[in-house]
Amino acid sequence: MKRRKATNHPTAPRGYLLWVFLIPSVVLLFFFAIPLAALIYRSFEPDFLENALSPLAFQALTLSLVTSSITTIIAFVFGTPLAYLLARWKFKHKAWVELFLDLPVVLPPSVAGLALLVAFGRRGLFGSLLGELGISLPFTTAAVIFAQLFVAGPLFVRSARIGFGHVDKQLEESAYVEGANHLQMFHEIMIPLSMRALASGAILTWTRALGEFGATILFAGNLEGVTQTMPIAIYLGFERNLGVALALSVVLIVVSVILLMITKKLDPSDSD
Amino acid sequence: MKHLLSFMLIVTVTIAACGSPAPTTGSEPVTLTVFAASSLTDAFTEIGAAFETANPGITVTFNFAGSQALRTQIEEGAPVDVFASANTKEMDTLVSNGFIEQGTPLLFLTNKLVVILPADNPAGIASLEDLAKPGTKLVFAAEEVPVGNYSRQALELMNATYGADFKDKVIANIVSNEDNVKQVLAKVQLGEADAGIVYTSDAVAAPELQNIEIPVEMNVFAKYPIAALNESAHAEVSEAFIAYVLSEEGQTVLAKWGFGPKP
Repeated sequence: MKRRKATNHPTAPRGYLLWVFLIPSVVLLFFFAIPLAALIYRSFEPDFLENALSPLAFQALTLSLVTSSITTIIAFVFGTPLAYLLARWKFKHKAWVELFLDLPVVLPPSVAGLALLVAFGRRGLFGSLLGELGISLPFTTAAVIFAQLFVAGPLFVRSARIGFGHVDKQLEESAYVEGANHLQMFHEIMIPLSMRALASGAILTWTRALGEFGATILFAGNLEGVTQTMPIAIYLGFERNLGVALALSVVLIVVSVILLMITKKLDPSDSD
Repeated sequence: MKHLLSFMLIVTVTIAACGSPAPTTGSEPVTLTVFAASSLTDAFTEIGAAFETANPGITVTFNFAGSQALRTQIEEGAPVDVFASANTKEMDTLVSNGFIEQGTPLLFLTNKLVVILPADNPAGIASLEDLAKPGTKLVFAAEEVPVGNYSRQALELMNATYGADFKDKVIANIVSNEDNVKQVLAKVQLGEADAGIVYTSDAVAAPELQNIEIPVEMNVFAKYPIAALNESAHAEVSEAFIAYVLSEEGQTVLAKWGFGPKP
């Protein structure tokens, strides 16, 4: 079993070492590939197109695309300043703020949904104040966006923060020397130089928002055309019509693949 | 380093080997897997514990969910011994698909519908008629869920008393179609919904809520069937469990949790 084939990379594993690395890698890759392949295989039914283009699917896809886009825009508008502060300002307990921002990403979405409900629900901490103004969030499209922003928004902030952090400080300083004000500097230096990081952060947030399920079903509920996003339609379609669920899943996979391909193009550190 | 790598290889091979089925012998402790409708959560948990006490060596594990979700999981190959459904529809589907022997499902209880309101009744609902008041936030189970289907049937029956468009007006007030009956209960308990329709058995489990009775002529009575799966690896234990549910002990527990007796 001794194969001494020259590889074009000096540190690549060889001999029995090669197998030690190869076997676990292949096992894991197959583990990821098999369910996705099975899903696509099972969805090849004569009524695939009919299912994928059904009003239910169309409504859910539209709602998902609209809400996740709004979520991404909000994350961009509010997240860009926050990311800049985190990248450039030094303040006490900054590490805690950063940890706090990572929390919604690692928490199970069901926890996020429950948290949103006790915060913004009708009886919630802030929800009761909103109620006095005549605003009720649960079961509305706004609640879908809240759920998505809570779970997916921090991904944008993290990506943007890293992007801003990589911009050479001297460039900033020279901009001030040239007489630029803060806003000009930010607009002419920071944004263009961190464009890739901002864009890939936005796409990460977008894909995560598109897939949001747990927080949404808890906080926003399920009503066709109002709060029934793709993942919820898939979950319920699993019970009423497997064909629709499979078709919707494939549509979601295709959309996600496209978004991920764009991210990969945008992030130079991701390629060799 | 070499040891670590060998270790990684062993772990991988071991994990791969774990997939092969382990042999079972008769004397081994038996684990009975029961798929039951969400509405049975409290009652069956209690019955399961009593059954375990009466039969040492047997463990009963439950999967509670909407009957339609359980039916799909069974069709997709979930290993199940006993299925208790909140309607005959899901049971019949499994019978016609060959998962359950024709003629074996037994009806073991009846359940009826009731309207529940949060303790402080924020929308001021005083009668069934108020469910049609515009702006009332109703949370129902989805139409595919048995209780959601029964709720809509009951609204249809109410049309005779409250006017032909009553059902449509009530449906227009629905803000969420929940996936199972416990979610309806939770949304009303949290006060997010002004009202919901659940089984009387669910209302018993939430004594803090206000109830509005639905008169017999407008109510829909759910009959729950139970059956052993053809694929069950423990056919005798499955039959014993079903017999226990139908026995006086089982029926007493079910009555305690607000269910009506077997029809």
